[in-house]
Order: sequence, then structure tokens, then C-alpha cells
Amino acid sequence: MDGTVTTGLTGPAAGPALAKAPTGIPGLDQITEGGLPRGRVSLVVGSAGAGKTLLGLQFLVAGIRQYGEPGVLVTFEEPADKVADDVRSLGFDLEGLQRDCLLAVLAFRVDPAEIIATGAFDLEPLFLLLDEAITRLGAGRVVMDTIEVLFGMFGDDSIVRAELNRLANWLGERGVTSIVTGERGGKSLTRHGIEEYVTDCVIVLDHRVHDDISTRRLRVVKYRGSAHGTNEFPFLISARGFVVLPITSIDLDYAAPRERISTGVDRLDHMLGGGVFRGSAVLVSGTGGTGKTSLGAHLVDAACARGERALLISYEESPPQILRDMRSIGIDLQPWVDSGLLRIWAARPSTFGLEAHLAVVAQLIEEQPPSVAVLDGVTGLARGGTGPEVTATVARKFDLLKSKGITVLATALDHGDETSMVSISSMVDTWLLLRNIETNGERNRLLFVLKSRGTAHSNQVREFVLTDRGVDLVDVYVGTAGMLTGSARLAQETAERDARIRRDDDRDRRRRELHGTITEHQAHLVALQDQLDAERAEVDRLDARESEQDAEAKGDRRAMAARRWTDTVPNEADRDADAKAVNAGGASGDGVSR
Amino acid sequence: MNLPSASPEGAGTADSGQTWDLRLYVTDQSPNSVRAIQNLRRLCEEHLPGRYRIEVVDLRENPRLATDDQILAVPTVVRRLPEPVRKFVGDLSDTDRLLVGLQIRVPGRTAPGRRQT
Repeated sequence: MDGTVTTGLTGPAAGPALAKAPTGIPGLDQITEGGLPRGRVSLVVGSAGAGKTLLGLQFLVAGIRQYGEPGVLVTFEEPADKVADDVRSLGFDLEGLQRDCLLAVLAFRVDPAEIIATGAFDLEPLFLLLDEAITRLGAGRVVMDTIEVLFGMFGDDSIVRAELNRLANWLGERGVTSIVTGERGGKSLTRHGIEEYVTDCVIVLDHRVHDDISTRRLRVVKYRGSAHGTNEFPFLISARGFVVLPITSIDLDYAAPRERISTGVDRLDHMLGGGVFRGSAVLVSGTGGTGKTSLGAHLVDAACARGERALLISYEESPPQILRDMRSIGIDLQPWVDSGLLRIWAARPSTFGLEAHLAVVAQLIEEQPPSVAVLDGVTGLARGGTGPEVTATVARKFDLLKSKGITVLATALDHGDETSMVSISSMVDTWLLLRNIETNGERNRLLFVLKSRGTAHSNQVREFVLTDRGVDLVDVYVGTAGMLTGSARLAQETAERDARIRRDDDRDRRRRELHGTITEHQAHLVALQDQLDAERAEVDRLDARESEQDAEAKGDRRAMAARRWTDTVPNEADRDADAKAVNAGGASGDGVSR
Repeated sequence: MNLPSASPEGAGTADSGQTWDLRLYVTDQSPNSVRAIQNLRRLCEEHLPGRYRIEVVDLRENPRLATDDQILAVPTVVRRLPEPVRKFVGDLSDTDRLLVGLQIRVPGRTAPGRRQT
């Protein structure tokens, strides 16, 4: 390190891109765009129980496990074994890391009652210990939790102040990345104003209780030389440690697959132009009993049928109840549960705070990454928090799932009022609205596609029918009498079917009539042909008769001539005439004359 | 200074038989350290002649002793005996506090003793 130290904890001069040390804390590295400033000191401020120590420990453990940087923990709060006990449940084996010379824990328990201040002093032992530990381990990270206890301990706080300033500079010179923690103060950020020395990066942790539900929040107040998210981000202390949940809009960079997947309802797929995009978010909102859960069940059923994993999270019903209810409409999810493709998880919204719900989702999808997730009854979460927080939590759930390419369908109870869903709807890609309409003494369900991003979708209303083979969509009749659904639609369908049958009957009859006429005319045609033939035959007969008579006449003449002894024999001309007559008459009697 | 650089400067059991066992933590020859050593020796000679033992420990030679004995600041004097253990942080220029703390003098009737130093 070149040691261009000025005042405070500025550390070595940074190049154009500030080098960063990842904290390994999910979300925090995203907000800080890479982690804490490398080779500098960051301040983590929070009241008691806000999670300062855990943040620091996770920073150290991640440094050791993931980034090959041994670390040193200086704690003024608790004995070393107590610290180790506290984080063992998170899977941090501090004692093991110490045995492997990857971690050094310097625990100081200073009791003001046994200390008597007698004049000028310095904190050189702390420097010596740190120096020894850093050198021995080759440490790259140091956490001091919380150094503020030194104030008021030795009488003269101006000396403590000066020593802390010196310590901050010294850590910078050593090139280690450090976190010092501080108690939240009333007037200044920290109780003793140590933010005056630690000026590169300041993170504030907050812990609020609202309606008996606790919410933890983190904010990067300051980060010199680096862009960072400035919002308050909820975080939680889960079974895996400190998890920060970046809200939407930090990164809107999910991949946008063109692939569409089936909703499990053919006609709905058709209305949406072939299904929903993989990795998109679908909101199904509607009043109670409109079939929202059924649509969700179809989606997971279709996913499992494709051999994909699915996750069904219910905030309203128990898994056995869901299985039973869906079986009653012909969707049998049990085989998918048995084969492990489908995981059903249920929890009452009030079981834990919103952040914990979010953590559960994060954990579930990490344990067994699904391709499709259904969040049934997200509005129920309102019982576990207040309105805007619910929206933010749901948004982060969508965010979390979409960022992993998981198609998410959330069902939400509205109160027949589209505007109540507006806050959530902006975060979804497809919004299906289910409505009950009551006409003619019955209630029927209607489905609208309110929006579907990136899709030419149908603007038609469909009637939504729950059959024993699941959900079906049926055209509704819109005419002068208004929209027809349910039995009115059925009546209309019956009427149409009757009319069609009548039309068919008429046509058949007409066809039969025509066939009769044709047969009749063909018979006529045959009769006429017979008559024609008969008349032709008659003509022939008449012709033949005529020749015969001619021949007879000639024969008579000859006979008479012989009888009369005429001296003239019939001449050549007469013989020719005879021959001609024979030719003309055909077989009609010529032979008779020869 | 060698470690542990015990330098017993008096082991007498003059009055009550009580011996003051004192350990002074310093870091090499820093001005505070030097002043503390001088102040402590003078005080002990004045008020506890023959009844004290001073051990000077230089943390620079073995920093790890600082965690063992929970020493954050120097100079620090630890009164190991008589019990209870007490820690005196600073260069010991505040003699009154030191004398009271060492239980060499009872607070109420020490006002005249001021001039003794």
C-alpha cells in the first residue's frame, strides 16, 4: 500500500475504479455495487440488536470461505466463546476457523467499575494486538465490534477520539478492509460521533416494530467514490445469516425468454397468444370463490406434466386441503407431490413478519429450484403488515422469482375493485381478472385478460367454468339482450342447437323432394325413349310394307303378262327397278319376290 | 525489558503484613510509560515502603498478554493484591485517585495527604 493517508479513514488513494471487498451478504453487495471499499474502514451503525455484529461476522466468514482473506474480530461486547455460540446455528464455526489460523478473535470485556483513570494514556495494546494478528494470519479483513465502549472508560474521551482516528488511519495503511460498528446516537449518527473518522462508507441498520411485526432495514448512508442504492432495504436474519433484499428497480435486467409455457388451460393459452412467457409474473385477482387457486393449480399441474419442478405456496389453505379441493375439480396434484416434482408449502400470513415470509420463499427456491411458482393468496399477507409494505414484499417476491427465471403466478383477493390491485399490477406481466356476475338468480364467473405484456391478447371476456376436468373457458354471448352466461348461455346454446336441427331437417326434406322429382323425370325419360323406339320401329315397318307391295305389284304384272301371253318380256329397265326396290326395302320382303 | 520483567523493589511486610502486588503494563519507552513507572515507584516508596512488589510488562514484546490480562490502554497498573483486582489506566499523574484506588488511603480523611506528593 502506498500509504497516501490524509485524515480520517481514507486509506490509500483509489484508482479510477474503487476496489471493493465483497461482503458475501446476499443483496448488500448488489446495493453497494460490489461490496465495501477495499483497504478502508466502513462504519455500521445500529441500535442494540439491529444485527451489526452479525453483519460483521458474515463479512469475516465470507472473506475466509469465499475470498481467501483471513480475518480478525475484535469484540468489546462479549467473550469469544459467547460470540462463537451465537453464530454456530448459522453454520459459522468460529472455533474451527481459529484453529485453522484463518480467524483471530480478540475479545475484551472491559468493566468500567474496575478501571480507575489516572492520567494520560494511549491504546497502543490494541494496535499491537491487531498488528500481531494481522501479520500472523495474513488477514485482509478486520471487524471491531463495537469500539464505542471505549468512550467514558478511561476518563479522557479526547484521548480515545484521537486514538480512534489514529487507529482508522493505521488500518488504512495496513491495507485491510475493516468494519467498525457503532451505536445509534440521538443527535449524531453514532452515540459518540465516530462517523467523523469513518467517512468512506456508512451503513445504518434499523429495526422497527409495526403492528407487532418487526421489520429490519438497511440503508447505505454514504459511500465515498462509489454509486450505491440509497433506499432503505429490508433485510432479515435468516437461518443462513444476514440477507438483504434489494427492492425492485435496483436491477431490471432479467433475461426475457421468448419461450411460452402453458397455463394448463388450452383456451386461456390461446387468449394469451400461446401461453405465458417463461419467467414472467402473472397476477390472478378476483373476489372470493372465483377460481383463482384453480388457475394456479392448473399452472403447476401443467409444469409437472412437462417434467418441471413446481412450487405452490399457500397463505390460505393447508396442503391436504388444496390437494382435496383440486382433486374435486379433476386436478390431481398428489402424484406430482409423491414424485417430488411439486412442493406445497403453507403458512399463515401472521405466522411471521413479511421479511420472514420473503426469506422462506428465498429458501424454498434455493433448496429446490422450481420452474414455476404459485403464490396463493398474497393479499392475505396484509394481515402480517401494512399496505405499502405488503406491496413491497410481494414486489420483492416477484423480483426474486423472476430474477431466477421462475414463472410466478400470484393470486390476490380483491374486492371487486380493480384499483385495489393497481400497486401490485405494475409489477406483473400478465393480469387476469376473475369476476362473479349475478344474473337470473345465479352467479357465474368471468375471466378477462386485463393486460399481458409482449403479447397480442384477446380482449374478449370468457366465461370461466369449473368442470370435473378442471377449468374450461367458454364463449359468452353478447347480444341485444346483453351478455349471457351460465344457464342463460346454456338456454341460448340449446335454442341455437334446436334451430340448427330444424334447419337440417328442412334441408333433408327438400333434398328428398328433389330426389323424388328427379326419379320421376328419369322414369318419364325412359317411357319417352320407349315410345320413340316404338314409333321408329313403326316407321320401318311401314317402309318395309311399301317395298313388299311394290314387289308384289311387279310379280303380278309378270304373271299377268304370262297369262295374257304378251309378247314382250319385261325389259332391262324393269329388272333394274326391281333391284332398287329390294335395296331400299332392306329385308322387308325382297326375298319373297325372288 | 525482559518478559516477564519482574522487578521486585521491596518485599517487606512492615505493618500489617499485607503486600501490594502490582503489575504495570507499558509499551517500550513511550513518554506515558516512562512517567507511569516513575510515578508508581515514587508513590510506593512513599506510602508502602517495603510492602510492595512491582512487575513491569512490556506489551510490545508479547502483545498477546494484552488479551490474557484484558489490557486495552497503556500505561495500566493492575493491583493483583490486595484483592479485589483493580486497574489504573493512565500515567498515574492523578495521585489522589491512585492512592485511594490502591486503598493506601481512605477517601474521607485523605485531604491533608495531598501535599505529601
